[in-house]
Parts: sequence; structure tokens; C-alpha cells
Amino acid sequence: MPKLIKNGAIVHDDWQAPASGDTAPAGHICTLQQWLQLQDKSGSAVQLEPGEGVQDLLEHLDAIALVAVNFPVFTDGRGFSYARELRQRGYEGELRATGAFIRDQMTYLARVGFNAFQMTDESALEDALDSLHDFSQCYQASIDQPLPLFRRR
Amino acid sequence: MYVYDKYDQQIIDERVAQYRDQTRRYLAGEISEEQFLPLRLQNGLYVQRLAPMLRIAVPYGLLNTRQLRKLASISRDYDKGYVHVSTRQNIQMNWPRLEEVPDILAELASVQMHAIQTSGNCIRNTTTDEYAGVSPDELVDPRPYCEIIRQWSTLHPEFAFLPRKFKIAVCASQKDRAAIHVHDIGIELVANDAGDIGLQVMVGGGLGRTPVIGSVICEWLEPRHMLSYLEAILRVYNQHGRRDNKFKARIKILVKAMGVDAFRAAVEEQWQSLKDGPTTLTDEEFERARSFFTTPDYEALEQDAAQQVLQAQCDADSIFANWVLRNTRAHKADGYRSVTLSLKATGFPPGDITAEQLELLADLADRYSMGEVRNTHQQNMVLADVRMADLHTLWRELQGARLATPNIGYLTDIICCPGGDYCSLANAKSIPVAEAIQARFDDLDYVYDLGPLDLNISGCMNACGHHHVGHIGILGVDKKGQEFYQVSLGGNQGKDASLGKILGPSFKQEDMPDVVERILSTYLSLRAEEETFLDTYRRVGIEPFKERAYAEVN
Ligand code: SF4
Repeated sequence: MPKLIKNGAIVHDDWQAPASGDTAPAGHICTLQQWLQLQDKSGSAVQLEPGEGVQDLLEHLDAIALVAVNFPVFTDGRGFSYARELRQRGYEGELRATGAFIRDQMTYLARVGFNAFQMTDESALEDALDSLHDFSQCYQASIDQPLPLFRRR
Repeated sequence: MYVYDKYDQQIIDERVAQYRDQTRRYLAGEISEEQFLPLRLQNGLYVQRLAPMLRIAVPYGLLNTRQLRKLASISRDYDKGYVHVSTRQNIQMNWPRLEEVPDILAELASVQMHAIQTSGNCIRNTTTDEYAGVSPDELVDPRPYCEIIRQWSTLHPEFAFLPRKFKIAVCASQKDRAAIHVHDIGIELVANDAGDIGLQVMVGGGLGRTPVIGSVICEWLEPRHMLSYLEAILRVYNQHGRRDNKFKARIKILVKAMGVDAFRAAVEEQWQSLKDGPTTLTDEEFERARSFFTTPDYEALEQDAAQQVLQAQCDADSIFANWVLRNTRAHKADGYRSVTLSLKATGFPPGDITAEQLELLADLADRYSMGEVRNTHQQNMVLADVRMADLHTLWRELQGARLATPNIGYLTDIICCPGGDYCSLANAKSIPVAEAIQARFDDLDYVYDLGPLDLNISGCMNACGHHHVGHIGILGVDKKGQEFYQVSLGGNQGKDASLGKILGPSFKQEDMPDVVERILSTYLSLRAEEETFLDTYRRVGIEPFKERAYAEVN
């Protein structure tokens, strides 16, 4: 079973990666297209690709169990905005970064609201866990720290 | 100026530790070249033609003398004993060793400096007027706003991997000295009839391959909403800016593609979810930011008396008088003037300053100017608070150090990027062109007669030398492997900003002084009483210049 970081610990993954087809096989995360077809969205899991945006999800934020945001290349930063926007608009389920992001992005990813991290290279997970603690202070309001520094100084 | 507290220091120190480990992993082969690239860029490190280049952030150009001395010692210990002032008011070092950069950053952190986000696809150093706080034409001091933006943009988790770089400038004076019309975001502080301060926000300006003058997307924004509004703009850009083509990735292209109105609507929509949230600025935060930029302890001086003494000194020494006229400017406080030090002496690369000069400058600033110095986007330096009574002594010291060339704002005060001598992106060299032009026009009376003139040189389309907004702009181009230069006329960076128009086919390097001379003589022959170069150009257009410039070349 594949592994990932969830809420600060390395655990086994309960979900399988998206598969092609009109509907997602049981236990697989849906692509956005597959997910849009779902009648019942409660407990659903969906993966966003860069460019898809969060718009379609907004009405169902209470029902969704998992949103995975894919980073096909680590330099494409759209997923950072997707995550923060989802959290800001009330999403409380699992928010998972997946793909080619690197450990050096861990604090940023955590700060915009990701609580799960699935890396292409699983052997990098231990180090990535360490990187979550690169910074102990920050200026901006964000998801992990809703108050900007100027309201805490 | 702003002073770090324990939080600021902690963030900077942790950043140094993070980068030290990143460098170690890179050298050990644990991260790839491709992965290391944005990490080093966001810590200021480029890999250039001959060596790495480190760009050090100087927030809105302000430096204290401890920092100046540290820069001098770093340049001696880790580099070749000189540094370069960039057009973003930053400091660049041209010869650091990649392995030693973490040590340099640690040294910088010890004097509250860093190199964070001076490069890479992220929010860069916010710039403003080099005469902020002392200029008589200022509405309010823009620096507290800049410092608030600096903190907000530093390590912002959402905006570290944007489609492309992102630059913000703030202006709060009648004359725009921060080029806000050619920035990704330009903020102008304005007052309404009731005397309240608000922000006029411009977006989508920029130079580079596709130069554009920015468009106003918000006429009046209450200052407390500044950060949430900036976040909304950045979020729209981060989600929708193009990522498939580097040359179309700046926000100006997105604004053009969407149209200003649709862009504004998208920003407003995002803003609704951010507005009035915790990022809303508080009165206390504005107070705190302002408290670092209070009026210094000026002596109570008599302006008229000071003026009389200065006048007598000027009458006795015409060279001094000329320097006072060209390189100093009026100050808010009676009995004071601001001094601009020219880093444009003929025979030295524009914007370069040696370790010895930096140290002398630190001593002079401690003695004569409240212990602070500013970098200008024209690549000069400013001592902002000098008593008029000290000008003569100061001038003598500056003269001895080659820092008193009386050419501020004139032809030979050339803005020039490092170009092909250093930069790996360059199409052509720029420094030798600047030097050849300075050498040709060494007759100061001729230069003064030309009046105010901005001549800007970039070594490639990236336009670090701001050639589009030079009255005369020079751009290095590559023609079948040979270095050529394209000339444009009529650019301007003020509130009536305009982009230069290309004169015609490009010229060889050795012809450039002649070409400039023909352009200038065309102006002199056509100008009406009191007209500047720009006035004449705007009246007669490009044709007469074209005729003369090419008539004699071929
Ligand atoms: S304009 Fe081009 S050549 Fe000059 S510094 Fe910028 S990138 Fe390099």
C-alpha cells in the first residue's frame, strides 16, 4: 500500500490514484470529470489538476472527504491558491498535495492548508516530514495561522 | 528606518539555515539542478556568464551605516571588493562562490539584511522614491506602506511559485520617482477632499519584451484593505496567468487578454472573500510601521541664514557651486539639503561602488546625514539629510573619492544594466557603450546645455536598464552572432510616462557615440526656447531624428 504524510505522520494511503474511464473504480480518487458525474458526492474524493480551479467544488465542500491537488511540476504554483481558497471557503476534509512538489515547499504547502502530502518519490517522505519545521514564525495570515504577525506581535 | 524585532530576526535566521541545508544537499547531489534553481534564485543567487551573481535586497533602497560597512567587508572577504547598485535599488555582487553564499547570507542576517525573493518567480523587492520622507513634494511618507508590503510579501506561502516575477512600486509625491506606471502593481498614495489618504492601484505595467503602461483598477482603496486587495490581485494572477510561455507570463499579458474590466471584476470577486478578514490592516499596525520613519532630530536652523552662507561659499568656488546646483536638492527641513552621489564617473561602470567608497560613505553618513544612505533606481546613492553648512566639507571628501561627478539627471548619468560583461542573458555588452558615450561627452557645459536627459541602456529585451523609458533608450541586440544596438526615443518614466519609439535599424557598437551625437545635435538645432529633449521630441516626432541619424551612417 502506498504511503503518505497525513497530519504530521507517515501512514498508509486508503485511496488509489485516479484512473481513466467515465467513472472511477471503487476506492479510486475521481478525476474532476468523473466527480462531476457522481450523483451522490458524500464521502467522495476528487483530484484537481492545474487549470481546473476550485469553482466546481464550492457547492459541495461539506460532502467531499478528500481533495487531492496535483503538482505535475513543482514550479507550477496554482495548487497553492487552490488549497488556500478551498480552506478559506470552508472546506474541512483532507486536502492532499500530490505529485512532483519537493520537500523545500513543505512549509508553504502546509501553510496554505494541505494536511496530507503524497510524494512521487516515497523515500523522500521522512525528510519531507522534517522540512515541515523549517520555519517557526511567519508574517502572513494563512490557514495554519489565521492571524498575521501584526495581530500577534 | 525599520528595525527588526525578534520575529523578523527569527524568520531571517531560519531562512539562512534552510538555504544552508539546500546548498549542502545540492553540492552532495541530493537535489537536481532543476530543483535547486528556484531555491537559489529566491535567495538571490543567479549563475552568470563568468561566476554566480548574488542580489541582496535593500528594501526600498534604505541602508544604515552598519549595513554599508558590512557590505564593504563582505565584498572584500567573499568577492572582488566592489558592489553594484541595481535599478531596483538592490545591491549586487558579481563574484561570490556558490559554496560560500550561505555564509554571506548569515553575515547579512547579522545586520538585518537578506537576499530573499530578489530573483525568481515571486514578489520582488518593493521600491519607492529615493527621497521619501525628505522631499518637499511629498504627500505622505511612502515607506511605512512599503515596509508593510515587504513583510506581507516575504515568504508568502501562496505566491512563491507565480507564473513569473512580480514587482510592486509605491509613489506618494507629485513627481513619480518610482516608475509606478511600468510595474506589475503601481500604488499611488492620494488624498481626497477630506484629506484622507487612499491608494490608487495600477496593474499590468511593465518593461521587458512587451512594454506596457499600467491601467488603474482601483481609484480609491482605503489603506486598511491594502494587503487583502493585493492578495486578491495576486491570486487571480497566480491562477490564471499563462504558464506555457515565459514571454507571455507576466501579469500585463493576462490583464490585456482579459481586458481591464474583466480583470477588475475577477479581483473584486476574490477580494470579497478576503476583505475584512484578519489581513485587514489595523491602526496599530500603521502606527507601528510609521514609528520607524519619524522625522529625525533636525536642528532648528534658519533657512535664509544657511542659504546666505552657502551662497558665499558658492560665490567663492564655482566648481562647488556647480555641484550644489546639480547634485543637491531642496529638503523639507529648513537649513538642510539632500545630496545625490553620482556613481557615474566616466571610466567606471555605472552603479559600481568599491568597498573603500562604501566605508567612506558610511563615515560621511554618520557624520553628516543621520547615519543613513539610500540607493536610487538611477543607480546612484543619496545622503538625504545634510545640513547646508556641512555641504562644502562633505563635497571635498566626496571629490577625493570620485563620488562628486556633477551630472545627476544629465546625459552622462546613464542607467546601464551589467550586460554582456556579466549577464548570461545578454545579447550585447552595455557597459562599454555607456563608457564610450560618457567619454565622448566629457564637456560638461555641452552636457548641461542639453538639459535634463535620461539615457538608459539594456543588454537585452529583459530591460533591466529600463531602456523603454529612457528619453534615449539603447538596447543590445544580436544579429547573426554580432552585437548591435537599437535606439529608441521619447520614453519617459514620470507621471506622464511614455514608451520609447524605435528609431530604425540597429547600429554597430563603435558607431554609438556618433549616433548619440547626431541625435543630440538634431535636438539642439530644433529646440525652441526652454524646451527639454523630451519636449522637442514630443513636438516634432521621430522623423527629423531618423533622417539625421541615418543620413550620415550609410
Ligand atoms: S537587461 Fe538583459 S543583459 Fe541586462 S542585466 Fe538584464 S537580463 Fe542581463
